[in-house]
This record gives sequence, structure tokens and C-alpha cells, in this order.
Amino acid sequence: MKVLTYFLVGCVFSAGLVVSGMTQPLKVIGFLDIFGSWDPSLAFVMGTAVITTLVGYRIVFLSAKPLCEEGFKLPTLQHIDMRLIIGAVLFGIGWGISGLCPGPALASLVAGSIGIYVFVIAMFLGFFIVPKLIK
Amino acid sequence: MNSAYVLASIGGLLIGLSAILLMYFNGKVLGVSGIASNLVSSTPSSKMCSASFVIGILLSAAIVKQINPAWVPGALDIGLPLLFIAGIFVGVGTRLGNGCTSGHGVCGIARLSKRSLSATMTFMLVAICTVYIINIFSGALA
Repeated sequence: MKVLTYFLVGCVFSAGLVVSGMTQPLKVIGFLDIFGSWDPSLAFVMGTAVITTLVGYRIVFLSAKPLCEEGFKLPTLQHIDMRLIIGAVLFGIGWGISGLCPGPALASLVAGSIGIYVFVIAMFLGFFIVPKLIK
Repeated sequence: MNSAYVLASIGGLLIGLSAILLMYFNGKVLGVSGIASNLVSSTPSSKMCSASFVIGILLSAAIVKQINPAWVPGALDIGLPLLFIAGIFVGVGTRLGNGCTSGHGVCGIARLSKRSLSATMTFMLVAICTVYIINIFSGALA
């Protein structure tokens, strides 16, 4: 059951990414290019996604627990540390170079080009080495 | 109204809906870097769920792509070494910072988390500067 819910969530999420334009790196870079020929349309993706989630979460949190688990497992970290900021800086550089963040990168695998395979393999390599470096 | 804005809003709505569903079913924040990195982590956790999430992403992208193949063009033609470096930066950065555009940018901000707001402002600002610097260099070369 739990496995199925993750599958369903992945399907809805990915449809949103593809329809919204987030899987088009040129469009993403056009959105980030605020000093050039700025394409602000992707701001609407984040805007509607945040507002929808904000309202939806409030409704979900009215129940005592989620459907398939014993309780909500929300992130517990509160403080803003160097690790958070350095991570965000590195991610921002990679996103600015490629126009790809993790979700759209995974969805873009269906484009079937060598470039996206190389990017995703490198991304997983990054996922893999961080816990090895920081014990 | 410009169709790019309509599509962006429909897409954002679906992304929000998926985040709500994961919270409703499993009580978790939808963070792609977190769920995907679980596949290569050594912690004993449900890899089946992460795998099925990724399979859902792939299957759905393959289907929705049929509407307009230009929606999923793949990576930019910037050379494999640069794509590899960018991939490493995205992988390392999102793991260090405990989140990406979905976990921090959508779910975290929707939870009004200060950490997520700081992370999102940081990676947006750095990405904007990165694009700006690349444009200066490519303009100088052209």
C-alpha cells in the first residue's frame, strides 16, 4: 500500500514538472536570467505549488496522523547553519549551469540522451559521497 | 492569457497536490533529493518506496511527454564534462543542504520553515548569479 502511494505521488509530481516547463532547462535558465531576457512564467510554478501546499497541509494536519503511518515525520532541524548555506550555494551553481534540479533531472531521463544520463549519474554520485565525507 | 503562464500554474497545482498527497498518506515532506538519495544511502530504510516514487516520475514523464515532446528535451548541449560537474554540484549541494527545489522551495516554504526560506533564497540568488556570469563569459567569447 505504502509503495503504491509513493508511486502515485511520483506520477502526479512528475506530470506537474513536465506540464509546468520545469523539465525544459532553457526555460529554467530564462527564468534565472533576470538581468537578460527574463522569462517570469516559472515563478507561477513555485507560486501556485507553494500556495496549494500551504493550504493543503493545513487541512491534512487537522487529522491526528497520516493514513499509512503512525505519525507525521516533519523535519526537526531549526537552526540555519553553514552546512545548509554551503549546500544551497553549491546547488545553486549546479542549477544555474545546467537548468536542472533533482526532480526535473529524473523526469528528463525519458528524453534518453547521453547528456541527461551523465548528469543524473553525477548527481547520484554526489548523493552518495556526502554521507561518506561527513560522518 | 499567455499559455506558458497557464501551463506553469497547472503544473504548480499538480506539484502542490503531490506534496499534499505524500503528507496525507505518509506524513512526509516531498523532497526529491531526499527520497532519491535514499536509493544510494547505507541507512536501512524503505528503498522500495523511493524506487517506486522514481518509477512513478519516469512513467508519468514518458506519458505526459507524448502531449508535446518539446516539454522534455533532456539536458542542455553544454558538453558532458560540464554536465557532469553540474550534476555533482546538484547532488552534493542538495545533500549537504538537506533539500532542493521541492523539499525546501515548495514544502519547506509552505511549512513556513526559516531554514527552507534561507536555503531557497540562497540557491535562487546563486543560480541567478551563475547564469549572469555564464552569460557574460559566453557573450565575451561570441
